[in-house]
Amino acid sequence: MEWEFLLVQALSGLASASSLFVIASGLTIVFGVTRIVNFAHGSFYMLGAYVAVTIVPWLLEFDRSPWLFFAGVLLSALAVGAMGVVMEVLLLRRIYRVPELFQLLATFGVVLIVQDLVLLAWGPVDIPGPRAPGLRHGVDIAGQRFPAYELFLIFVGPAVLGLLWLLMHRTRFGVLIRAATQDREMVGALGVNQAMLFTGTLFLGAALAGLGGALQIPRVSANPQMDLSIITEAFVVTVIGGMGSVPGAFIAAVMIGLLQAFGVLVFPKITLVLVFLLMAAVLVVKPWGLLGRPEAAAGRAVLPEGILDPGRLDGLTRALVVVAVAAVLALPLLDAYAVKVGTEVLILALAAFSLNFLVGNGGIVSFGHAAYFGLGAYGAGLLVVKAGLPMEPALVAAPIAGGLAAALFGFFVVRLSGIYLAMLTLAFAQIAYAVVFQWVDVTGGDNGLVGVWPSRWAASREVYHYMVAAVTIAAIVLLRRVIHAPFGATLRAARDSAQRADAIGVDVRMHRWLGFILAGAAAGLAGGLYAFSKGSIDPTLLGIPMSVDFLSMLLLGGIQSVLGPVAGAAAFHALKDFFLPLTDHWRLFMGLSIIAMVLLFPRGLAGAWASLRRRPA
Amino acid sequence: MTLLAAEGLVKRFGGVVAAKDVSFALDPGEMLAIIGPNGAGKTTTFNMVGGQLRPDAGRVTLAGQDITGIPPRAVCRLGVGRTFQVAQTFLSFTVLGNVQMALIAHHGQTRRLLADAAALHRDDALALLDRVGMAAQAARPIGELAYGDVKRVELAIALAAAPRLLLMDEPTAGMAPSERSALMALVAGIARTERIGVLFTEHDMDAVFAHADRILVLVRGEIIARGTPAEVRADPEVQRVYLGHSGTRAAERAKRAHG
Repeated sequence: MEWEFLLVQALSGLASASSLFVIASGLTIVFGVTRIVNFAHGSFYMLGAYVAVTIVPWLLEFDRSPWLFFAGVLLSALAVGAMGVVMEVLLLRRIYRVPELFQLLATFGVVLIVQDLVLLAWGPVDIPGPRAPGLRHGVDIAGQRFPAYELFLIFVGPAVLGLLWLLMHRTRFGVLIRAATQDREMVGALGVNQAMLFTGTLFLGAALAGLGGALQIPRVSANPQMDLSIITEAFVVTVIGGMGSVPGAFIAAVMIGLLQAFGVLVFPKITLVLVFLLMAAVLVVKPWGLLGRPEAAAGRAVLPEGILDPGRLDGLTRALVVVAVAAVLALPLLDAYAVKVGTEVLILALAAFSLNFLVGNGGIVSFGHAAYFGLGAYGAGLLVVKAGLPMEPALVAAPIAGGLAAALFGFFVVRLSGIYLAMLTLAFAQIAYAVVFQWVDVTGGDNGLVGVWPSRWAASREVYHYMVAAVTIAAIVLLRRVIHAPFGATLRAARDSAQRADAIGVDVRMHRWLGFILAGAAAGLAGGLYAFSKGSIDPTLLGIPMSVDFLSMLLLGGIQSVLGPVAGAAAFHALKDFFLPLTDHWRLFMGLSIIAMVLLFPRGLAGAWASLRRRPA
Repeated sequence: MTLLAAEGLVKRFGGVVAAKDVSFALDPGEMLAIIGPNGAGKTTTFNMVGGQLRPDAGRVTLAGQDITGIPPRAVCRLGVGRTFQVAQTFLSFTVLGNVQMALIAHHGQTRRLLADAAALHRDDALALLDRVGMAAQAARPIGELAYGDVKRVELAIALAAAPRLLLMDEPTAGMAPSERSALMALVAGIARTERIGVLFTEHDMDAVFAHADRILVLVRGEIIARGTPAEVRADPEVQRVYLGHSGTRAAERAKRAHG
């Protein structure tokens, strides 16, 4: 390979790194101060691009000057910063003290709302932006043509880094941001106006995301998928760099930019896998990222959010369970549609239950549980479609596929805790999604694969329903048994106090890993059953929205309850099935519902049931 | 025979030397107190013995076996029970459940998938709670207990591992004065009847001089004095740098009370 070519490749890597840093710096600053991982950061990025493709061409009508172009870009960033202020005042302010899982879900609710609002405002078609006046030409670099705009972008990252450094070290606001990143409680104790500080931080963070988005318009059209694609990369950058560290984000962005630029040359299709390997390697050596510091342990003991005492079912709850099982078995007496929905509910209930085994029982907040569900579905589906095997061995393979993936990812995941763990599970899930999406020869890519049908004896909807009922109910009963068993109790003990668990002789990491594998296998089994109920598989089974659906089922059902997620799965799927055909704005409705539940109804259905039961008759 | 021996332990945090050539030995049934002002390196020394910290230099042996730098869970399995400065318990469990959990871990049953955890080791757990005077509270969630009672339960958890050695980091911190002496008397009784060695740090001089067999005085990471309570009490250097007037008075009181 020529050195000229490598140089150009390095420059284009640096240009991507620069853009990535601008976005990730905002995410990491917001996290440092508020301790909230803001999913909606990707939405701010997308809004930055949409606002810019709207106002920049309008400005260029007056005069095609570079100054107006960049004035438009800056205006877009400021406008998005203002949207960040709105989000802080309306939502974040109310959730600083709720558990991390609920914070993540609430900001994801904002993602859903923004997606629908963007569609309403700008429509589904991609909108190309204008090219920057004065930077449309190519520059000759060692005999190769390199776009001038890309060259300009290379300098934006260091410039933003320098400005942020000045802000952080030369202004009172910046000093407060650094102080709050180190010790939020102390800043509060010193009498700093926290409300202003947090609002200001959100303005800064959102404006950086908006700037990142606005700067992209000459390179990529504004499109409604920008938010989720960028947020994963931004997460990876902040995790590698160390959450809350701006210089760390810069180093990580450069590493990833270059890795992708050169990785493309060596392994053209699997650059994401390289990024994953880099992240895994960094986290094994430095669990809090390159320049991050460990979460300061809380001085006082706090009651964990999750299953407290699995307990026994009281008489009335037992009766409710019997009625529910009877109803499931009686569904074939209704119509075929009821059977279809019932089968899906059973499958989703198993997936949700397996997730709550991690979240509620183990305190392991997985934000990528769909990966194991989806890989189970692909494991089974590929055996049927590609290897020509019948349903029975494929259904045995499904939990094995889910369990193996959980063993691989979980090996890294259980080294972390809290929000780092949640981000890592999400990143792994996105990588699994990307592999399935890109490996077209095997997985069929975006279209997926069809022809995943049950064996002849189970071909009728009713028989398949009964088979699914038998398998899922048995699996749920078994998992529930494990929650009551020493293994489940050990996971709860490690969640309550890892230090105490260690001191009584428990290998905490090993037990968490085994728990992760068990939950992954159960999700994989559910995925396998799902594939046969649909007759097809596609990458959405592994996507972030699927993971969020599972978490919403927990939220709706109540993560403090053992059986709550089952009720949550039933209610969620029934609602979705009923409302989805009625509205074009399902995401708006869903996002608002998630936020409303976090704010008003955090104990879910099981909590409502329990308080109903406690009320004196 | 020596139960626990620390030889030349050193630990630095950046430029700060938290422990400098710390050596001591402890026999079965003996109560050894480490005292010293805040920041003297007591907890650091403790964590090097308990496996929470790996020393930069030096060796820790338990009954002749080298345990330097092995993780806490392995230290526990060799017969070392531990309580923490801020009590560490399983907050979502009942009092009984906490001790049952410790017994499940002690018996190596944490990976069992089908047994009923709530039914395992009930009687043994109740017996342990009885020894620390908490049997009557067995069914209550541990989060409801007064802090002094939590510390007692934590002692029962530590005893569940049938330890040869107890490591107690400030066992009476955060407790009312009357609760303190009762807890220390309880620990001393258990240690002597069952020949368990106890290494503890403590700020309450009454508790130290009433119950310790021997005392180490740690200042800025160094042992400046060691010996029986009477010897330490009499040491002019200790009086000057650490005990001061109130500490000396406490030592005198203890002398009068215990003859």
